[in-house]
Formats: sequence, structure tokens, C-alpha cells
Amino acid sequence: MDQFMTELQGSIGILKNADVVSYLLKGLAFTLGISFITIVLSVIIGAVLALTRNYCTSGPARILRKIASAYIELFRNTPLMLWMFVCFVMCPAPNVSKGFAAFLGFSSTVAVKTLFKAIVAFTLFTSAIMAEIIRGGLNSVAKGQFEAAYSQGFGTLQTMTLIVLPQAFRNIVPTLLSQMITTIKDSSYMASLVTVELMGCTKLIISKANSYNGTWVDRFNRGTIHVTDVFVLFGFAFLVYFAINFTLSCAVRRMRREKRA
Amino acid sequence: METVFSAKAWATVWQYRATFLNGLMNTLGSAVVGLLIAMVIGFALGLMATGSRKGLRVIARVYVEFFQNTPLILQVCFLYYALAYSGVKITVVMIGFISLGLYHGAYVAEVVRAGIQSIPMGQFDAARSQGFDYVDTMRHIILPQTIKIILPPMVNQMVALIKNTSCLYIIGGADLIATTYNFVTGASTGGAYGPAYLVGGALFFCVCYPLSMMAGRWEQKLKARDRIKPEQTDDGAKEAAV
Repeated sequence: MDQFMTELQGSIGILKNADVVSYLLKGLAFTLGISFITIVLSVIIGAVLALTRNYCTSGPARILRKIASAYIELFRNTPLMLWMFVCFVMCPAPNVSKGFAAFLGFSSTVAVKTLFKAIVAFTLFTSAIMAEIIRGGLNSVAKGQFEAAYSQGFGTLQTMTLIVLPQAFRNIVPTLLSQMITTIKDSSYMASLVTVELMGCTKLIISKANSYNGTWVDRFNRGTIHVTDVFVLFGFAFLVYFAINFTLSCAVRRMRREKRA
Repeated sequence: METVFSAKAWATVWQYRATFLNGLMNTLGSAVVGLLIAMVIGFALGLMATGSRKGLRVIARVYVEFFQNTPLILQVCFLYYALAYSGVKITVVMIGFISLGLYHGAYVAEVVRAGIQSIPMGQFDAARSQGFDYVDTMRHIILPQTIKIILPPMVNQMVALIKNTSCLYIIGGADLIATTYNFVTGASTGGAYGPAYLVGGALFFCVCYPLSMMAGRWEQKLKARDRIKPEQTDDGAKEAAV
């Protein structure tokens, strides 16, 4: 019991180390940043896909509809991890300067490239899900809205951007928010490619926990990683993810309730 | 990408076809066992969440919120490291079953809860007035009616489970993604990126697409039936339903 308490205290000590905490918080910042970029890009791409799949129904435009449908079904029925690996090998990445890499906090430019590829894969994958969510919103807009807009002399583009899309987006705000939860959770998939976001950072710290938990003596006696380290560090990560996502899910629930009332 | 057109790369993939099929079998096996565990947990929690005991409702709520709001990869890694560092000998496959089951159990619980709550309260009252106890009410009256509401999202859970087996890669699993990745990076088989990823992706797609199509059609049919219903019933019934 005494030994357990000492080990636990050592583990908690890791979270009192300013370097470790700032490293983990940097990971959190990347988790949020990556999720934000991905959501913004995939809402845009998703909207284009959704409009194409829903309204390119006549003439030669039908081929576009087929392509959009194929894209959506392909990405919805294969795992994100596959696309991470595919992009890791096949996606071209821009050359970045060492200065830019250092600005982001990376020691090598390769890591920045890998991060770029991972974000591309993440965006490609999330776009397909967003497309289906937006399509649900488009389908919830009454047919009469289109007819009313056309009868008032609005063109197709104006009808879409001024009348239909705003209503569609308002209807799907709760669903978009809950997709945000999924996106934040899914960003942890990146840990298999590059150590940058919270999940990867936590894993890295655990693999080096012996140098932070007070058991490290010198380079001949490098200490040991205890199970309490795993509990404390992963516990920290669980808490952070939970705090963010639970807040979002409470917001989603409240919106749904208000909508029903 | 050029390797897609390389006959040699395709030949390597064909030579190692058993590896891919083995990966697919592992993925499907993990998904099926994971779903069974998830269903046991999900039905238990779903019943707890709709029951009358406040303590049980709170437990169900906490479980669902915890597992739905944290990443599966984190849960998988935590289980793996926690067991490894406490000296428990357990295979990666077992960890896959447990973590997938626990994670999806939370989602199944929400599906079951929604199913039970979709049944009008009057049915519970009617059952009690006829002398049914809780277990009999659930078994003979409520749950049979929820099946058709529960089934489509259940199939979607299966699809999600199959895709989520890819998380096991991070702890060195033998699922289809890990197999494919080990194949393209392997010393003797490496390099055949294009064909290998194409085959891996196609296998996933061939399993998942029919399932999600089926679930989608089913849901549409249920929705269409719900839309017709109110007009068929008389005014009294409509008021009661509201």
C-alpha cells in the first residue's frame, strides 16, 4: 500500500511538471485547431457534394450527381484509418521551410508534411459525412420555398444561397454540433501517423514517464513506468476530451429540446 | 500511386491473398463479438435508463456520456497500457472485443432507450392493469414493438463497429487495416501500396456498403409508414398519441 501511494504521488508529480503540462496543452491546442480546420473545410466541400447529389438531376449534370454519390458512399463505408494511410503515401504535400516548422513547434519539416497529409485525409473523410448531414437539411426545406423563390424571380444560385441553404443550415445546427464531437474524437486517429495532437502527445509522455515520475536516478538507472502513470496521464486526457465533448453534447441536447418545444 | 498499374505489385498482393482474407476475418470476428457484448451492455443500460430507479438511471447516463464523449482510440490504448503495466496477460484480440463492446454499448444503450421511449406510456399502464409485472411487460409487450425501430440503427452500429476495428492497429492488432499496413511496409512484401490499399478498401466497402444501404432503406420505409399513420387513425387516437 505504501509503495502504491509513493508510485501514485510520483505519477501525480508528472502533471505538476510545467514542461509536461505545456506539452500536453499544446497537443490540446492542435486537437482543437485540426478539428476546426477540418470542420470548416468539410462543411464547404460537404455543401457542394450535397447540392450536387440532391439537385443535379437532369441532363448531362447527372454524371456529377453520380460522382458525388459515389464519393459519399465510398468514404462513408471505409474507415478513416485507411484514408490516413493512403494519404500518408500518396498525397502530395507542399514544401515547408524549417522556420515555419519551428513556428508550429516541430523540429522537422517531415512532421509538418505528415500533419498536412493527415488533415487532408481527415477532411476528405469528414466531407462525406457532412454532405449527408447537409443533405438532410436540404431535404427538410419545404418544396414550396423553391417555388416561391422562383416565382419571385430568384435565379437558381440566388434561391440556393439566399433562401434554401440558410434554412437548411439552421435546421441542422444540432447535428453539426454533434458531428463536431465526433470530429474531435476522430482527430485522435492521427496518433497513428504523427505525434501532434492530445492523444499522440499523451502516448509519448507515457512512454517517457520514467523520466518524470521521480524514479529516474541516472543514465544507468533509468527508473520504471508504473501503472499509476498510465492512469494519471490517460486520466488527464480522458478528462480533457470529456470536458469539451460533454459541454458540446449538453448544448446539442438543449437545442433539440428547445426545437421540440 | 503508380504501383496500381504495376503487374508485379498486383502479383504480390495475389500471392498474399490469404493474409488479406485473414485480416478481413479478424475484423469481422472482432465486430461480431464486439456487437454481442455491446448488445448485452446496451440492453441492460437502456432498461436502466428507462426504469423507475433514479440510481440506475444515473449510472446509465454516466456510462453513456463517458464512453460517447471520449475517443475510442484513447479507450483502447488505456485498456492496453493499464493491463500491460499491471502485469495482466491478455491478448490484443481480447482487448479489441472488450473495448469495442464497451464503446458501442453506450451507443446501443441510446438506441434501446429511444426505442423504449417511443412506445406510448398507455401501453405500460395497460400492461400493469392486466397484471403484468415489469419483466413480463418488457418481454411480451414493449421490447417486441421496439425491435423494428431498433433494427436499422443496430445495423448502422455494425457498420461503425467494422470500421472501428481499425483502431486496434494502434495496439498492434491483426485487423484488416493493420494487416494491410503491415503488408505494404513489410520487409518481403513492401511497396505494393496502390494494389494493397485498393484491396483493403474494397474489402471494407464490400462488407459495409450493403449493410448501410439496407439500414437506409429500412429507415426510409419506417419513416414513410409513420407519415401515413396519423391520417389513417381517427381524431381521438391522434390526441392520445400527442
